[in-house]
Amino acid sequence: MSVDFAIIGAGPAGMAAAILAVEFGLDTLLIDEQDGPGGQIYRAIERAETDPSASSSLGADYLAGRSLATALRASGAEYRPATTVWHIDPDGTLSLARKGESESITARRILLATGAIERPVPIPGWTLPGVMTVGAAQILLKTADLVPDGRAVLAGQGPLLYLAALQLARAGAPPLAVLETTPHENYHAAARRLGGLWPGRRALGKGLALMLGVRRAGIPVRRGVHGLRALGRIGLERIVWQGGEIAAEHLFLHEGVIPNTQISLALQLAHHWDEAQLCWQPSIDEWGRTSLPTIAIAGDGGGIAGAEAAALSGRLAALDAAAALGRIGEAERDRRAGPIRAERARERAIRPFLDALYRPRDSVLAPVDDETIACRCEEVTVGQIRRAVRLGAPGPNQLKAFTRCGMGPCQGRICGPIVGAVIAEARGMPIRDIGTYRPRAPYKPITVGALAGMGAAE
Amino acid sequence: MFRPRPDAPAATIAVEVEGQAVTVPPGASAAAALLLAGLATIRETPVSGSGRAPYCMMGVCFDCLAEIDGVPNRQSCMVTARPGMRIRRQRGTRTIDPNDVPGDTPSFPIPEPRSGGA
Repeated sequence: MSVDFAIIGAGPAGMAAAILAVEFGLDTLLIDEQDGPGGQIYRAIERAETDPSASSSLGADYLAGRSLATALRASGAEYRPATTVWHIDPDGTLSLARKGESESITARRILLATGAIERPVPIPGWTLPGVMTVGAAQILLKTADLVPDGRAVLAGQGPLLYLAALQLARAGAPPLAVLETTPHENYHAAARRLGGLWPGRRALGKGLALMLGVRRAGIPVRRGVHGLRALGRIGLERIVWQGGEIAAEHLFLHEGVIPNTQISLALQLAHHWDEAQLCWQPSIDEWGRTSLPTIAIAGDGGGIAGAEAAALSGRLAALDAAAALGRIGEAERDRRAGPIRAERARERAIRPFLDALYRPRDSVLAPVDDETIACRCEEVTVGQIRRAVRLGAPGPNQLKAFTRCGMGPCQGRICGPIVGAVIAEARGMPIRDIGTYRPRAPYKPITVGALAGMGAAE
Repeated sequence: MFRPRPDAPAATIAVEVEGQAVTVPPGASAAAALLLAGLATIRETPVSGSGRAPYCMMGVCFDCLAEIDGVPNRQSCMVTARPGMRIRRQRGTRTIDPNDVPGDTPSFPIPEPRSGGA
């Protein structure tokens, strides 16, 4: 099978790109690992359409994703759900797996719209059952109508923390407390970035409404929390921090989101360390073009800017693909891009303020306590990483040989950001000079049977 | 432990978690069924045998590995629950069943499964 334009990820960026690409006559294939469109932000959005009770707890911003999903279904783009991309060759060959069977397709242009992952929050005890991410709580609510049973605490920072607290309260499971980890000095840093507040006033208004909503729901908020630990024998029993503790069965952690760079790093696209967002980002231009001419990136996978900006960057990438494949001229591309770019600039205006306000503490990136697990899969602690550095491991990829860190089933997705920061701290060097893992295909595990079947079919 | 939100529509997909009947809404993942079943842990790690439960629910962390319809090491948060699905905890590494190997007798030695605490 061969297509003009293959898009990976059916979140806002991927959906918007597919809808527009079809309008220009591009033979478009949208591939996604989930069962339905929406990505994580609009997860299970088509389900919410038929269930008014879900809509009431999840809120208007979430339901805004419905129009994209509806337009995608009507667009004529080929949409393949429940499909995993496990390898991409820079020549445009994609290897896909679905239901234990693998196949290979080719595309003239590829758009990675693989979105964001939650920043790992390595605290002592974060592998205990009962400790999850805030995003996980939202996904359970969106996809399975589940809420935590028993005492739940949300800890960390960022708009999602307050949104999730409010969603859980509306769904009949108000958290016992919100522990906000924002350091006091962040308020001063954010105050120096007020320039984006006027263009970003809509986002700011939403954020303030969320915080007010949490207060009105009677959920206690503790500020300036640091030194978090999760304690328990089989599962979580107690949460302890500097100057406080609380008994709970659930702890949901959140320190913002970072680009999902698994595929872009495996492709060895150019990346850079972003000091404002404290994460590795693929180096892209205003159209989402990467260092490989056939591959572009749209949405949070190219730098965190939120769902609205993601959809707009998806549209820009679709315009550029249409121009590159000769469906429109560059003049038309630029003319159509003008208003989209202006809107994206408005959506992005609040980011410098948010990035400064919700900048994680150094100890979130590189945990202080040596006993903290960095690699959840191989159970490698921060202390073991520091010891390996003393023995001469210079960077994340060499660390694998010393400790097996990053060599478990998640392929370094979770520990990658942690090991970079721990090594940088141990060596007294900036993270950008330490680098990060070089992931390899298969991007997700596939069975030997699927591989063998692929050969037989060719 | 998780429970359905109070105003949730009736769940209709019946699955089996460690032999226990659990009903989840259409579109829910096998990991959601595991969490609803109320097990203290859903897997044991191959390295130390420590108990784990799902962490990210979005396909990133691999802490939700489970045996689904006889296939071990599935990312249960990425598998949609289907009627009659049998979901079991993942204990350590997967093992190779010599009877699963096509042909008469395997022509290669099959290693003993690695036990916990290694």
